[in-house]
Amino acid sequence: MTTHSLPARTDTPDRTPATKPAGRRLLRQRAGRQHHAGPLAYVLLVIMAVLSIFPLYWTMVAASTDNTRVSQTPPPFLPGPNLFSNLARAWDEAAMGKAMINSLIVAGVIALSTVMFATLAGFAFAKLRFKGRNVLLMLVIGTMMVPPQLGVVPLFMMMSELGWSQQLPAVIFPTLVSAVGVFFMRQYLSEALPDELVEAGRVDGAHSLRIFWSIVLPVARPAMAVLFMITFVHAWNDFFWPFVVLDMTNPTVPVALTQLSAGYVRDQSLIMAGALLGTLPLLAMFVVFGRQIVSGIMAGAVKG
Amino acid sequence: MATSTTRAPAGEEPPSPTRTTDAPRRRGALLHRLDVKGAPYAFVAPFFVVFAAFSFYPLVYTSWISLHRVELATLDVMEWVALDNYVELWGDERFWNALANTITIGVISTVPQLLMALGLAHLLNYRMRASLFFRVASLVPYATSVAAAALVFTMIFERDFGMINWALGTVGIDPVDWEADKWPAQVAISTIVIWRWTGYNALLYLAAMQAIPADRYEAASLDGASRWKQFTHVTVPGIRSTIVFTIVLSTIGATQLFGEPLIFGQGPNGVTGGADNQYQTLGLLLYEEGWKNYQMGRSATVAWAMFLLLVLVFVVQRLIKRLRSRTS
Repeated sequence: MTTHSLPARTDTPDRTPATKPAGRRLLRQRAGRQHHAGPLAYVLLVIMAVLSIFPLYWTMVAASTDNTRVSQTPPPFLPGPNLFSNLARAWDEAAMGKAMINSLIVAGVIALSTVMFATLAGFAFAKLRFKGRNVLLMLVIGTMMVPPQLGVVPLFMMMSELGWSQQLPAVIFPTLVSAVGVFFMRQYLSEALPDELVEAGRVDGAHSLRIFWSIVLPVARPAMAVLFMITFVHAWNDFFWPFVVLDMTNPTVPVALTQLSAGYVRDQSLIMAGALLGTLPLLAMFVVFGRQIVSGIMAGAVKG
Repeated sequence: MATSTTRAPAGEEPPSPTRTTDAPRRRGALLHRLDVKGAPYAFVAPFFVVFAAFSFYPLVYTSWISLHRVELATLDVMEWVALDNYVELWGDERFWNALANTITIGVISTVPQLLMALGLAHLLNYRMRASLFFRVASLVPYATSVAAAALVFTMIFERDFGMINWALGTVGIDPVDWEADKWPAQVAISTIVIWRWTGYNALLYLAAMQAIPADRYEAASLDGASRWKQFTHVTVPGIRSTIVFTIVLSTIGATQLFGEPLIFGQGPNGVTGGADNQYQTLGLLLYEEGWKNYQMGRSATVAWAMFLLLVLVFVVQRLIKRLRSRTS
């Protein structure tokens, strides 16, 4: 499901400068036509919110009881007393500690490099003139249609030849930069970065990298933050390739989670504690930066 | 990588005519031209290098491997077998089973998901209190990894003590074996997919809905169109390209489905895709051939078949579109 990441916006590339709102505003939601919500709408939305949150809530409930209580009928709906001891057990016994650190490294490096390379490329596609620009941009968009899973056999062979099997670089390198990231930054910069700023930099004799550093980066910062978070979420949760190339001696969080459920004696509350532990960092991020992530996803959507 | 070709001296040669001495100025102009011409390519290069090395090359090489017999333990020994792998795959019941499962799970998970997302987006588009809360709440499943989600739903769908069967029991319905029976298993797996992606798709629809000009609604309500009419005649056509986009993405996701059926019920050391392969998808078959049966050549053949399936789906979609535009 990695292809499901940030979507492309396919509207016409060059908007008239008159309609350009200033940088930061682009990532906020715009007002559309809106009726006021009636009671029914609220009821439905509350149901939706409960359905969205309940599985995670119940993960916490199950992670805070013990194995026998989890398997009773009716199932428990309120948290028990064992949350922290179960989390500690998952951290130690189930290699979750190592997995969390690995995932932090993998997702952190991937998100950083994606933001850097995507901003560079996005700037070039949005504001620099060069031969073949449109063809190359179409190529970037086209690559989004290629599911990475299809090349997994040669990729695996490549990694074992490089000696990277079971090593984190095997997971990091193939996703150093993504097409969606490039396209997202391009869309953002072509709207948020006035041509005149780039021109002014040229007149002052600044070379391209200097323009990038001192003119583009300050404008791009809010979009870069959003791209960082969304890429981080995807890298943290990526499953197929890490599962294939890593093993339990050196797993990322999703890989370690599969092993949790594979034991002969299934300790359900331990499994749930692991699942909770592996999700907590992202949940924390969503609680703190929910507004930015929501608006980032919406800003990247296809309009019209 | 990107910096090497663009390391022109920083702002040393402003084109001011007051500076004299010709040679350095010409050198500066040359560097400037090199920078203007070369920098864009240097900036976009990292993406293409990464894509070429880790996506394009493997994809192409997959077809070459699929014409060989390669074993996991001896990856450098490749024995040419021409189309044998394809012939075997064509005659292999597991392949057709996995293909059918991929399609049915794909339909069961994608269609309700997008319809619910459409409804949810419509609700989120109302002006209301706590709208940010509802948006973030609908995105919470998206923050949950496949692995964590599949583990929770495995327990919720558990036969003996799972919540769903308990709830069914309270209204007098017999417990369902959500793992061992084919259709319940496929429904349960689809539920995981639906849960994870509905809110995300809803936000995409919401963004598109907010870009619809308000005067279209005014015109429609002046014509006396009901809310429902407005929804079907203004909203849905207004977000058409977004709908197409989400269909494309969900279809690609559905052909690649792997984590949900892998973790659901079994765990990685068990059988992949159920005891009777009742929910084995093509993604699982690919994995099973390569990393359980150690036949990388066959695994590559399955990957290639998945690619063809994807191409086929889009050709069919194109055809339907063309036929529909001709009839209308």
